[in-house]
Amino acid sequence: MSKYTEDDLKKELETKEYEYGFYTDLESETFPVGLNEDIVRAISKKKEEPQWMTQWRLEAFKVWKSMQEPEWANVNYTKPDFQAIAYYSAPKAVDPNKTLDDVDPELIAMYKKLGISVDEQKKMNNVAMDIVVDSVSVATTFKKTLGEKGIIFMSISEAIKEHPELVRKYLGTVVPTKDNFYASLNSAVFSDGSFCYIPKGVRCPMELSTYFRINQAGTGQFERTLLIADQGSYVSYLEGCTAPSRDENQLHAAVVELIALDDAEIKYSTVQNWFPGTAEGKGGVYNFVTKRGLCEKNAKISWTQVETGSAVTWKYPSCILKGDNSIGEFYSIAVTNNYQQADTGTKMIHLGKNTRSTIISKGVSAGKSQNSYRGLVKIHASAENARNFSQCDSLLMGNACGAHTFPYIEVKNKTAQIEHEATTSKIGEDQIFYCNQRGIDTEKAIALVVNGFSKEVLNKLPMEFAVEAQKLLEISLEGSVG
Amino acid sequence: MSLKEKLQSSYLAFEDHLQADSPLHDVRNEAMKCFEAKGFPSKKEEAWKYTSLNALLKKEYSIFPKNENAIEFKDVKEYFLNDIDTYKVVFIDGIYSSFLSQITHDVIDVCLMSSALNKSKYSSIIETYFNKAANSDSLTSLNTAFAKEGAYIRIAKHKEAQKPIEIINFATGTEAATMLQPRNLIIVEENAHVQIIERHQSLNKNEVLTNSVTEIFLEKRANVDYYKIQNDTQNASLIDSTFINQERESICSVHTFSFGGKMTRNNLNFKQLGERCDSILNGVTIIEDKQHVDHNTLVHHIAENCESHQDYKGVFDDSATGVFNGKVYVEKEAQKLDAFQKNNNILISDKATINAKPQLEIFADDVKCSHGCTIGQLDEDALFYLRSRGIATKEARALLMYAFANTVLESVKIPELKGRINKLIANKIGVNLGFDL
Repeated sequence: MSKYTEDDLKKELETKEYEYGFYTDLESETFPVGLNEDIVRAISKKKEEPQWMTQWRLEAFKVWKSMQEPEWANVNYTKPDFQAIAYYSAPKAVDPNKTLDDVDPELIAMYKKLGISVDEQKKMNNVAMDIVVDSVSVATTFKKTLGEKGIIFMSISEAIKEHPELVRKYLGTVVPTKDNFYASLNSAVFSDGSFCYIPKGVRCPMELSTYFRINQAGTGQFERTLLIADQGSYVSYLEGCTAPSRDENQLHAAVVELIALDDAEIKYSTVQNWFPGTAEGKGGVYNFVTKRGLCEKNAKISWTQVETGSAVTWKYPSCILKGDNSIGEFYSIAVTNNYQQADTGTKMIHLGKNTRSTIISKGVSAGKSQNSYRGLVKIHASAENARNFSQCDSLLMGNACGAHTFPYIEVKNKTAQIEHEATTSKIGEDQIFYCNQRGIDTEKAIALVVNGFSKEVLNKLPMEFAVEAQKLLEISLEGSVG
Repeated sequence: MSLKEKLQSSYLAFEDHLQADSPLHDVRNEAMKCFEAKGFPSKKEEAWKYTSLNALLKKEYSIFPKNENAIEFKDVKEYFLNDIDTYKVVFIDGIYSSFLSQITHDVIDVCLMSSALNKSKYSSIIETYFNKAANSDSLTSLNTAFAKEGAYIRIAKHKEAQKPIEIINFATGTEAATMLQPRNLIIVEENAHVQIIERHQSLNKNEVLTNSVTEIFLEKRANVDYYKIQNDTQNASLIDSTFINQERESICSVHTFSFGGKMTRNNLNFKQLGERCDSILNGVTIIEDKQHVDHNTLVHHIAENCESHQDYKGVFDDSATGVFNGKVYVEKEAQKLDAFQKNNNILISDKATINAKPQLEIFADDVKCSHGCTIGQLDEDALFYLRSRGIATKEARALLMYAFANTVLESVKIPELKGRINKLIANKIGVNLGFDL
C-alpha cells in the first residue's frame, strides 16, 4: 500500500474515462442470438457434457420459462431482451492442451493492461489464476502446486468431465435451479466458471483467483462457480471483474455456490468493476448475481465485496448457517456514481445452534446514483443462542443521489440477540476543512474520508486486492465533488 | 358472499341514504372504486408481508349496526380517565352516545363528524380538509367511502384545549360480528394546543373489526399530543390509520400503547410540509397468547430543518407476533434533517415472533439519519442482581420490563394517564409493584 503515492493518485484521477475500456480483437466463436431448447442443448454439446448435465440444464430452462423477472428491487432499468443475447462466446484461440507460454499474446497483453498478467501474477503474487474470458477458461496456473495438495482447481466444464461425482453431488444444492429468475437462466446456459475442491484438512497455500471479463459485444456472461471446502479445510478465493466500455447494456448473471463442510472456512472476496456506463448513464453492465454459501458444523463463510462498477447491481451474497456454531460474515462497500444503481446486501439464515453472523455494509452514493442496502436476518426457531450484528452506513455526496436501507429482521427464537444499526450522513465539512488546512485539496480529502469510511471492509480484503480496491474507490468517485 | 361483495352492495344502499347534493359523493365514489380495484390487502403486498387479514375477512360482519344500544355508565366507567375532567366523544357501535359524551362548541369544537359532514356551515372546512391527508390505500379508501361518524375536533388559533379530549368507541357486540369504520377529523390551527386520547373497546365476546381512519392537520406552531390506548379484548381487531399533515414549526407526538386485541395494525403516516417541524412517534407493545401487533410507520420529510424521533419497544410472550415496519423518507429538499428511529424488542417465549423492517430512504445529502433495532432477552445478570436482593423472579422481571419501556412511559404528559398505563402494564404482567414511575 505504501507504494501508492499521491502522484499515482493524481495520475489515476487524470484518466477520467473508464480505464479498462478497451476492446481486444480476439477471434471469437459466438452462437446465434436468442434462447431456446436447441441453444441449451448446443451449449451442452459444445462443452461435451454428459447426459445428466444436459438434462439438468434443460430442466432449469423449463423452470426459467415459467418465471417472471423480479421487480421488487429498488432499481430502474430497461429489461434486457433475453432473445437478443448470444449465449455462448468463446475465444477461438482456446486449446486445452496449451501451456501458459502458448497463450494468445494478445490475451496476455489484455491482462497486462488490467494489471494482472498471468506470469506476473505467477511470479510476484503467488496467486493461482483461473482466467475466464467470455466464459471460457483460457489458462490455469499453479495447477501442479495445487494438485500436490489434492486441491482441484479448474474450470467447471473440465470438472464436469473429470470429477462428475463431485459436481453432480454439489451443483445446485445451495442455489437450486428454481431459486430465482437469474439463477435458473444461469443454470440453463452457463458456459463456464470455476470449480474448486479443497480436500479434508488441507489449508490452501495460496489465494485462488478468477478474473472475469466480458469482451465480445452483445454477449451475456453466465459463469457458475462451485467451491467446496471439505472438513477442516481453508481457502481464500478472489474474484475480480472488469468489462470494456460498450454502449449497449451487457448482462451478467452469475451463480456462485459455496459449501463449507464441518470445521471448514471459506473466505470469498470480490472486486467488481464492470463497466458502469458513461457519465450520461448510457450503457453499462447489468449485474444480476446469485451468491450463496452453506455452512455445516463449526464452518465459517466470509463474503467481502467491493462493488464499484455495473450500471445496475442486484446481488445478495448469503449464508445459510445450517450447522451448529457456524459463522457467516458479510463485508461490503458499494460505491455508485453518475447513473449507477445498486441494490445489494445479504441474507443470513440461522438454522443451527450458537450460529453467529456479522454484517458490515458501507454505501457511498454520488452523482445521480441510487444505492440500496437490502438484507435479511432470519433466526429460525431451532437456532438457539443465535447472534447477529449488522451495521449499514451510507455516505451521500451531492443532493441528486439517494441512499436506502431495507433491512428485514425475522426472529422466531427467544434466545436470539440481534443488533442492527444504520446511519446516513454526508462528509463533514470540518473533516474537509481539516484536510484543506493541511494542504490536502478537497478532492483528495474526500478520497481520504471515503477510504477511512470503508476501512473496516477494506481491511478484510487480501493485500493485493485492498490496494486495487482503494484505487477503484477513488476512480469511481472522481468528479463527484461539487 | 365475500366481505368485499357485501361491502359493495351495502355501499349502494348507503349512498342512496345520503343527501343527493353532497359534494362528498364524488369523493366517496372515487374511494369505493379505489377499494374495488385494490381489494383487501394480501400478504403479497410488501406493506402487509407479515400480517394476514385472511382469517378476519372470512367472518360474516354486519356493516351497519341495527339498533342503538344503551350502556350504563357504571359498566364502562373503568375505560374513562376518571381522575380528571375531560371532554368526551363516545360512540356505541359507531353511533354517537350523547348520554356518555361531553362535547363543546365553546371556543374549540369538540363534536361529531356527522354534523361536520352534513351541516352547511362546515362545508368549506370539509372541502378543505376531508380526505386531504389520507392516502388511497384500499382500507383507507373503504373507510372514506363509508365515512359517516366519528369525532370532529377543531381548535381555533392561539387557543388551548383546557382539558384532554377522550375519543372512545365502544362495541357492544349484539351481533355475531360487527365491522366499524369510525372517521375522525382533527384540525389544530395556528399556535393551538390539544391533548387527545383515543380508545377502542369491545364489551363482550363477539367479533369486532374496526377500520378506523384519523386525519390530523397541524397549522403553524400547533402542538398535538395524541395517545392511543389499545387494550381491547381477544375478539377485537383493529386497523388504525392515522394521517398527519404538519405545517412549519408544529410539534406532533403520537404514543401508541398496544396491550390487547386479537390483531392490531397501526398505520401512522406523518407528512412534514413546513420547516422546523418535529414529529415524535412512541410506542410500547406488550402482548401474549396469539396476539398480533403490527406497527407500520412512515415519516415523510419534505421541508428543511425538521426532526423526527421514533421509539418503539416491544415485549412478546407465548405465540404473540410483533411487526415493526418503520420508514423514514427524506425528499431532496429536506436538508439539515435529524431523523432517528429506534426499535427494541424482547422475546419472552420460544413461540413468539418478531419481524422488524426499519427502512431509510434518503435523497438529501446534508442530513443526519440513523436507526437502530435490537432483539434480545432480559439481562440475566440484572435479573440475578435483583433476585440476590430478595426480589422474587416475577417482580424482578416486571421491574426490568418497566425499565425497558420507561423511555416511552416518561414521555406521557398527562400524569393521570401515565398512572393508568402503569396499572395496565402491571395487570398485564400480573404484579403489583406499588410505586409510581
